[in-house]
Amino acid sequence: MEQAAHGRSLFSDALRRLRSNKAALASIGVLGFIVVAAVVGPWLSPHNYFTQDYGAIWIAPTLADAHWLGTDGLGRDLFVRALEGGRISLMIGFVATLVSLIIGVAYGATAGYAGGRVDGVMMRIVDILYAMPFLFFVILLMVFFGRNILLIFVAIGAINWLDMARIVRGQTLALKQQPFIEAARMSGAPAVSIIARHIVPNLLGVVAVYITLTIPQVILFESFLSFLGLGVAEPATSWGALIKDGADEMGRAPWLLIVPAVFLAATLFCFNFIGDGLRDALDPKDR
Amino acid sequence: MLLDVRDLKVSFDTPDGVVEAVRGLDLRLAAGESVGIVGESGSGKSQSVLALMGLLADNARVSGSATLQTDTGALELIGAKRRVLERIRGARIAMIFQDPMTTLNPHLRIATQIKEVITRHRGLRGRAATKAAIEMLEAVKIPDPARRIRYYPHQFSGGMRQRVMIAMALACEPDILIADEPTTALDVTVQADILDLMAELRQRTNVALLLITHDLGVVAGQCERLLVMRHGEVVERGAIDPIFEAPAHAYTRDLLAAVPKLETPHFARASS
Repeated sequence: MEQAAHGRSLFSDALRRLRSNKAALASIGVLGFIVVAAVVGPWLSPHNYFTQDYGAIWIAPTLADAHWLGTDGLGRDLFVRALEGGRISLMIGFVATLVSLIIGVAYGATAGYAGGRVDGVMMRIVDILYAMPFLFFVILLMVFFGRNILLIFVAIGAINWLDMARIVRGQTLALKQQPFIEAARMSGAPAVSIIARHIVPNLLGVVAVYITLTIPQVILFESFLSFLGLGVAEPATSWGALIKDGADEMGRAPWLLIVPAVFLAATLFCFNFIGDGLRDALDPKDR
Repeated sequence: MLLDVRDLKVSFDTPDGVVEAVRGLDLRLAAGESVGIVGESGSGKSQSVLALMGLLADNARVSGSATLQTDTGALELIGAKRRVLERIRGARIAMIFQDPMTTLNPHLRIATQIKEVITRHRGLRGRAATKAAIEMLEAVKIPDPARRIRYYPHQFSGGMRQRVMIAMALACEPDILIADEPTTALDVTVQADILDLMAELRQRTNVALLLITHDLGVVAGQCERLLVMRHGEVVERGAIDPIFEAPAHAYTRDLLAAVPKLETPHFARASS
């Protein structure tokens, strides 16, 4: 190993390899573009996502009057709505994943490191939660508390941390046997600091890959909820809600379906390619 | 007596029944002394020291006694509370392991790893901890320590990593250094360097050494006394020279015969 001027971590090594993966790199570019567009895009248009223009109903994509991607049956501008929906979809994707990441990693690493009876009890709790019919759970939440974005975060986060906890726990069980963990214990490190300083950093690779799988999964799940009419409430929207609306008017105004579907598909593709690239880059066999 | 182990027994509950790993170990270690424990794999030598540190697997049962002399009097290690043991480990009793490739956390700079020990047991933080860590790397003769302390483990060779491990182990000036096969995973030339370094550091710091190995050659150069273990029992013990000259137990003779000697004509023997 050539000695660099200062230390190179395994992670920065992996990033270097990721940079040589063209599909992943392009995906990062496209995804970055979509994120930026979703954040600043709506300001570029003279329209907003909730104002109805009765003089412009079911207009196909046109340059006239700045309805670049057309309008829906209520005369709302699709360009702004698609990007606004992207904001919500991406936000749900990132926030719900972050929630499931924090809970899942803490829970899984604790269970795996503690082992024995503690592990057994903690993982049985996960099994029980797994067995709950979450769609009914979500429907119940919606019925009781009304449709609320925060509730969607909670509902989706509550499902996804289970997977994360299982994966992290499995990795922790394997990591626990590593000599450097034994060495840390031998140097008097208490369990908390071993988990925080020695286990969690070593989970980064697996977790990073899993995150890229979870975000699209969450976005998809939100779309599914929206499609069932359980997602975000009008006039706010998400890609899933837009696709549902578009599907209803597929014959009359196909752009209402195509535009949000393209955004959603492109985003999911990007995450999958990035996940693929990350997995290759972090594969210890290539090190 | 710094460390006094009496009738230490370790057994494991396994699905196939109880496995007795150590069947009554007696060991006394004085300050600055150096004792070798020799035996083949599975002879219970590693399990014995893990028992002293309270780090055996959950299904282990330990009996016997091991007292460590501390500033505040004798301390019983067997069955001691976890908190007490955590203060002992790394601070009073430190350990280095067989494979330096895997005993360092691959994701942390060695600075972080050495400083972690220094902060925990010596209470030094920030700059003071860094300075102490650099001094330790200097002590184990790692060139350009101020720069290399920022390296990650994979940027070091095996011998250098073992030096880092030794630096970490000695960072808190322990009374006892347990070395579990410290040179087994290293090249022969590097082995000699590491052994020289350990001998030198031992003289300077007066740390007592408990050297676990299957290599009698290593013991001969490092230790004053020797325990030979087999199947969890001590079969022979005593000063180095008498044992090497006249081993009493057949197993010790076998072990000695297993050390390759330069004058042994391998080819001649193979053809006869």
